Amino acid sequence: MIRVALRGLLGRKLRAVLTALAVILGVAMISGTFVLTDTIDRAFDSLFTDSYTGTDVVISGEQAFETDFARPPPFDEELFDEVLAVEGVDAAVRAIQDFAQLTDREGGPITTGGAPTLAFGLDTESPDHERFTPLVLVDGDWPVAARQVAIDPATAEDEGYAIGDSIDIRARGPVEEFEIVGLAKFGSVDSIGGATVAYFSIGEAQRVFEKDGQLDGIQVAAEPGTTAEALIERIEPLLPAQTQVLTATEQADSDASDVEEFTSFIQYFLLAFGGIALFVGAFVIFNTLSITVAQRTREFATLRTLGGSRRQLLWSVVLEAFIIGFLASVVGLFLGLVLAAGLNAVFVSFGIDLPSSGTVFATRTIVVSLIVGTAVTVVAGIVPAMRATRVAPIAAVREGATPPAGRFARFAPAFSILLVVGALVAVLVGMFSSGLGVGTALGLIGVGVVLLFFGIALVSARLVGPIASLIGIVSVRIGGASGRLARENATRNPSRTASTAAALMIGLTLVTFVAVIARGLTSSVEDAIDYQLVTDYALVSENGFTPFEPGIDEALANDPSLTVSPVRGENTRVQTTSVDGIAEVSAQLTGIDPATISSVYDFDWEEGSDAAVMALATDAAVVERDFAADNELAVGDPFQVQGPSGDVVGLTVAATYDAPEFWGMLGEVSVPIQTFDALIDSPRNVYTFVLVDGGVNEATKVELEATLAADFPGIEVDTQSDFKDRFEQNVSQFLNLLFVLLALSVIVSLFGMVNTLILSVFERTRELGMLRAVGMTRRQARRMIRHESVITALIGAAIGIPLGIGLAAIITARLSDQGFGFSIPWLQIVIFAIVAVLAGILAAVFPARRAARLNVLRALQYE
Amino acid sequence: MTQTAADWPPGETSTVAVEGRDVARRFGAGDTAVDALRGVSLTVPPGQFTAVMGPSGSGKSTLMHILAGLDRPTSGTVWISGQEVTSLGDKQLTLLRREHVGFIFQFFNLLPMLKADENITLPLRLAGGRVDQAWTDELLEKVGLEDRRSHRPSELSGGQQQRVAIARALANKPTILFADEPTGNLDSKTGEEILTLLRDSVDTYNQTTLMVTHEPRAAAMADRILFLADGLIVRDIGNASASEVLAVMEELASV
Repeated sequence: MIRVALRGLLGRKLRAVLTALAVILGVAMISGTFVLTDTIDRAFDSLFTDSYTGTDVVISGEQAFETDFARPPPFDEELFDEVLAVEGVDAAVRAIQDFAQLTDREGGPITTGGAPTLAFGLDTESPDHERFTPLVLVDGDWPVAARQVAIDPATAEDEGYAIGDSIDIRARGPVEEFEIVGLAKFGSVDSIGGATVAYFSIGEAQRVFEKDGQLDGIQVAAEPGTTAEALIERIEPLLPAQTQVLTATEQADSDASDVEEFTSFIQYFLLAFGGIALFVGAFVIFNTLSITVAQRTREFATLRTLGGSRRQLLWSVVLEAFIIGFLASVVGLFLGLVLAAGLNAVFVSFGIDLPSSGTVFATRTIVVSLIVGTAVTVVAGIVPAMRATRVAPIAAVREGATPPAGRFARFAPAFSILLVVGALVAVLVGMFSSGLGVGTALGLIGVGVVLLFFGIALVSARLVGPIASLIGIVSVRIGGASGRLARENATRNPSRTASTAAALMIGLTLVTFVAVIARGLTSSVEDAIDYQLVTDYALVSENGFTPFEPGIDEALANDPSLTVSPVRGENTRVQTTSVDGIAEVSAQLTGIDPATISSVYDFDWEEGSDAAVMALATDAAVVERDFAADNELAVGDPFQVQGPSGDVVGLTVAATYDAPEFWGMLGEVSVPIQTFDALIDSPRNVYTFVLVDGGVNEATKVELEATLAADFPGIEVDTQSDFKDRFEQNVSQFLNLLFVLLALSVIVSLFGMVNTLILSVFERTRELGMLRAVGMTRRQARRMIRHESVITALIGAAIGIPLGIGLAAIITARLSDQGFGFSIPWLQIVIFAIVAVLAGILAAVFPARRAARLNVLRALQYE
Repeated sequence: MTQTAADWPPGETSTVAVEGRDVARRFGAGDTAVDALRGVSLTVPPGQFTAVMGPSGSGKSTLMHILAGLDRPTSGTVWISGQEVTSLGDKQLTLLRREHVGFIFQFFNLLPMLKADENITLPLRLAGGRVDQAWTDELLEKVGLEDRRSHRPSELSGGQQQRVAIARALANKPTILFADEPTGNLDSKTGEEILTLLRDSVDTYNQTTLMVTHEPRAAAMADRILFLADGLIVRDIGNASASEVLAVMEELASV
């Protein structure tokens, strides 16, 4: 029987290869994801481990809690001399760490697409510098003097900088000019994921980052015979508040933990798309094997008459699936290596540059890829295999026999409807039931959606007829007799057409779903901006949310035609005291200018007034209504805010206002800027709002841009509509990334369509011969296959697109209490339908050519 | 280019519907080459019902395929309605078949998803012409399926399916109708009915017909019977009874 299975496979090479392609792509995505994320992980790991070579303990600022953008507070430099004097300390170096915006040769900002713009102060004057540094000087010298900088070679290469060039860099204040004296990189790591890096001497770093007499870190090496733990014990008593001392290993682990979270997110994210592609692939495999089994009815029956048992037939089909699955998985596994590079390129083109060193091909990648790919194929092959066992021996002598339906076939309609209903219930319960944990809820939704796809695929066999006759109207109009035949062909075997269309349907559902959600997201953001902003201009960083250095405010303050209203921002913790004790919640704190804020931000007062905010005292705060209600704060109530450094300030609620649920542009708590700056180290702006005497027009915008461009590259001047566009761009960039990743599953379904069409052409060989004999031209034959393919694709679209909209509507309903709006992107929907048509045309190219090239005479005699 | 009932039969002045001259066909090459036809010449005048007989391997099917423009001769020339077909490309051949050729197959070859009347008008639709409803009705009546016009092939008996196939072949009023073992897949009574129908269409419409068969009863319906053996026409006789045909066959077999 094994030999029969093998021979069968060899005899149908073409369809075996096409089936395999569906598996190959899914497996390649999985193996590619592992390779990519493993590679990123290792790059980061070596980055952090390298950072502390030669170091035994590390002293750094200590944060009360971590935030997205705040750096740990710096500490007084005096500590350095004290540490050097500690018994057992062999050597130590000082360090500064901050962020600095580099510019290109034209003075424009070098954009990093969200990657950090790192800056370091290095103890280059110290004789021990070389001993501690993880850096490798690729070219030139270390920066030792004022106005000297070293940068990373990747940035230098991208921007065409060389040793001796001058470069504009913006640290805390306006841009300053520096001379590039060296190129340095982190150990073995080629690029740190699109980040730019600038290295200064300690003294210069202290000046540009306004950290005179302060340090961010001290790296210490112990004398031989002294342990890190012993050193920590001796150093700890010396430490001022808000500093900590850790062993180098502890420090590296803590540095790495954030990044690992990030890469494991990317890993799950990409694996999900690999999973989707494989799921679609499973449909393709199921379909192909089903058709093959139907076409081999006579062969199976002959085997039965020759004494083959049902079990042997079952195994021969399962074995065929296993062989296809395993070989395809092996190919997919290695294709994954190529795909990893491709995925990386996709990320890079969307501005997400991931760090790289050597490619990592882990055992786990091999094992998981092979097992998953093979298992999916075998599982998809089981139903067709069972069908093969039902072939009666008598079918060997009958013309055109197909395997009989199974015992449970008559329950199929009821079952499929039950499946759809059950799946919907699972999704809705997971979505709306309040008593469930997040894991259970997501699990229910996930299983529900998968079952929904199965159910819809089964039910849709019944929809094929009506949808095809509707679409067929167009086909007949365009394609004439061929279009008419195509329509009839598409409805001849509804369940085959349905499951072919289902593969494409899944991709289209997901694409539509994300498009609708993204549209809801941008329209909600736009509504929120309309509701809150009355400013002429908002100055923001390139991505619209990364905080920037506030030096810009002073630069604009002198212009009498401008009203400048900066808004600082930082994550903090709010502490409230009640009879139950002290409660602590995290909250965004914003620092506002009481005099100007209400002329740029339209407060929707619940209790308070614009006059009240103008008179806002330094120990008073404006609080968002829902936050106040949740924490039982009313006007006049006292509460405390703790900054990342651990400092605490006591405040009183002065007024409450209502902000859109979806996005309050100010934090839950807003205080005067003086209060903010006193609490937060290195305060930064989230926006600077500007009113111009002339109002919004091209002239004032150009003037404002001109003022900023020279000294503050990287700060954008946005009108309200520019600001909306910026968000829309961010969303659509992410959306495009999702589209690219989902395209993979659409490609897989394309192979499914090619497969079904080719098998149908085989099956109808004699019929095609007759059609050609009675006057069908080759062109008409091609057109017939093409129309059939397009009809199938459009059936997928006709089911998938409404399903995607429906799923998005459910999610939106769930999020509506958070102000999430529902809006259908019609243009995109039309584009998806057009893509479906193109997919249909593309899938038909090869099968149509085969049909047209058939030798009429041989086709007529084909059995 | 569809003809109307008025110019039936085809209005060409030609006295020949189909002509083949020195037609030879060799399959394969070298040692394994087989000569299916070894120089056959014949003319079929309009309105004639010709039967081609011969044992299997005699080349009778090959001859029909070549006369119908489905296969190309290794050498020799074929004309249909005065048009040389042996030099035509696929596209021109297809157009020629649309206009001048009708087919009836052993296995009916109807499209399973089309109704009877739709199957009948299929060649006209493929040709992009207007479907003449009166003509379709007449054909349905002729083949006795007026009340089955909306049935699909799976709802029809074998004989009924072959009737639909005959109506389909007549639909475009072809210069010549080729029938390939039209009774080969039918029981003898049904086969008889089909043959009568073919004879009737020749008489009513003056429909030139060439039928390949190995059944003497079928050949007995024809105006003229050609006997093939080893790729050559070995006998060309006029109308004969089934027993006379059988006698000729036995005579040829004993040579």
